[in-house]
Amino acid sequence: MRGLDGLKKIIVCLKQAVDVSQLKVDVATRQLITASAPKKISDFDKNALEEAIRVKEKTGNVELCTLTVTAEDAKTVLREALAMGADRAYMVNDVELKNVDTLGTAHVLAEAVRKIGECDLILCGETSLDSFSGLVSARLSELLDLPLVSSVRRLSVEGDAIVAERSLEESIETVKANMPCVISVTREINAPRIPSLMMIMKASKKEIVNWTLADLGVQKEKLASKIELVEVLAPKTERKKIKITGENVQEIAEKLAKALIQEGVVKR
Amino acid sequence: MSEHRGIWVFSEKPDLMLEMLGKGRELADQKQTELAAVLIGGNVADKTTELIKSGAEKVYVASSPALERFQAEAYLGVLHGLALTYKPETIMIGSTRNGKPLAARLATRLDAACVPDCTRLSVDEKDRLVGERIAYGGNAAAKIAFAGKPQIVTVPQRAFDKPVPKERSGQVVNVDVKVDAARTEVVDVKPLETSNVRIEEADVIVSCGRGLAKKEDKVLLDELAVVLGGQVGSSRPLAEDRKWFTEWVGLSGHKVKPKLYIACGISGVIQHVAGIRDSKVIVAVNKDEQAPIFEIADYGVVGNLYEILPALKEAIKKQLQ
Repeated sequence: MRGLDGLKKIIVCLKQAVDVSQLKVDVATRQLITASAPKKISDFDKNALEEAIRVKEKTGNVELCTLTVTAEDAKTVLREALAMGADRAYMVNDVELKNVDTLGTAHVLAEAVRKIGECDLILCGETSLDSFSGLVSARLSELLDLPLVSSVRRLSVEGDAIVAERSLEESIETVKANMPCVISVTREINAPRIPSLMMIMKASKKEIVNWTLADLGVQKEKLASKIELVEVLAPKTERKKIKITGENVQEIAEKLAKALIQEGVVKR
Repeated sequence: MSEHRGIWVFSEKPDLMLEMLGKGRELADQKQTELAAVLIGGNVADKTTELIKSGAEKVYVASSPALERFQAEAYLGVLHGLALTYKPETIMIGSTRNGKPLAARLATRLDAACVPDCTRLSVDEKDRLVGERIAYGGNAAAKIAFAGKPQIVTVPQRAFDKPVPKERSGQVVNVDVKVDAARTEVVDVKPLETSNVRIEEADVIVSCGRGLAKKEDKVLLDELAVVLGGQVGSSRPLAEDRKWFTEWVGLSGHKVKPKLYIACGISGVIQHVAGIRDSKVIVAVNKDEQAPIFEIADYGVVGNLYEILPALKEAIKKQLQ
């Protein structure tokens, strides 16, 4: 039996994502300029981390680990996770991960979770800020053969199990699952804390464990991408961009009303 | 690899199933392959006719009282078993909050790729299936081709139109059901308190953002929406941060394509824009002339929404008389 204070380890999967709010587009080619775009912890994953910290605060002596799979060094953003309250960060960093798809990512995460050792909870963001696929947590649950509780907007640990509210399209579903299990959270679940200077300083002493794919013994063929990115282009904006101006509010309103009726989008 | 044949469609949402059958039929004709629907439920035998009329040549029926409600492991078990037996080339799954993890888990069991939330699907000159989806928080559309089979896509609601039903013949295949045990237990289901009409279905949406100062001021939008026969929506901050609304329009909320979208006091961050991009006409009302919302609007008014909205309401009433 795993009592309330028997909770031993939580792993939070974090993605170092492109900060999409700071992305620039080459207007002529519609190409995104991703190389110079700043990176950060994917928002949804930060909610997962915040939730894990809250579970730790309630249940006591839990080791809270973060796990990142990345083709580029992610130490800078991992320091933030450690400052927020993670005890230790694991980073699987390997150039071979550059074109990996969601299945490959999940294979690497699964191997890393096995290497980190027995854990009670694996928390993920429901989706990622940049690619917005939302597949990895479910794939990970399959590879680890663990229960999956997705789209969680409220979480509590009760003895050996978790109780979670899932946010569905037309309902809120409350589910119970035994630990260990995989949980994906929505952004509604909490507001992530901003670490204090003190916490940032303390975090600099915490450990970032750096692994390569060789350290994990992941078979290369499992990483072969089964998809090909044909193109990524900024959408065309074909809007009229007509500014409605006038002497006064009434005149503006009259002109706008007329335009909308002419467009046929306001029914008589 | 060549033994994989046919396109399959599954969603626990009947409307989404039909929308995907419409698109699936097009792709099947193009690839000269078979289109099948997978029907899972408590007592669903009478639903096969509609699926056949909507384009399915075959309907696999998994009917059991234990399948009455969506249960991830059981539904996954049915789909996985069928896919192993009949080896479809493509599986289209409805991208709901239950459907997407189902697709991801099925893809993992089949060691297959999954391209989620495809708003367009086509077959390219190399005979590959290509899915188009929003990426980088709405900054881009990505085209992704599959490089192996089977291939799984998920499709959001309303990405494709429901097909016009036609008299057709089709084969019904009843499946022996083995119900896999659930690994999570549902202890409660509360319907969401939302308006009776879903916002995706509205022809007109009057939406507000941080420019709205008080929750009570929402009445300004309500009044305009009534005149326009539309609904009121909001941007994410008003729902998630201020809790004035239970849901919002945007990439992480509802993606809408009304005939008319009026954005009031919404700055137009890329995630919001991604949720309204397919609207026919977009109107922006904002005090800040530099607000990015004007870049994607057909009609822009720089001004105070507290003055513009009541005036617009009166002007429309007057001109419609």
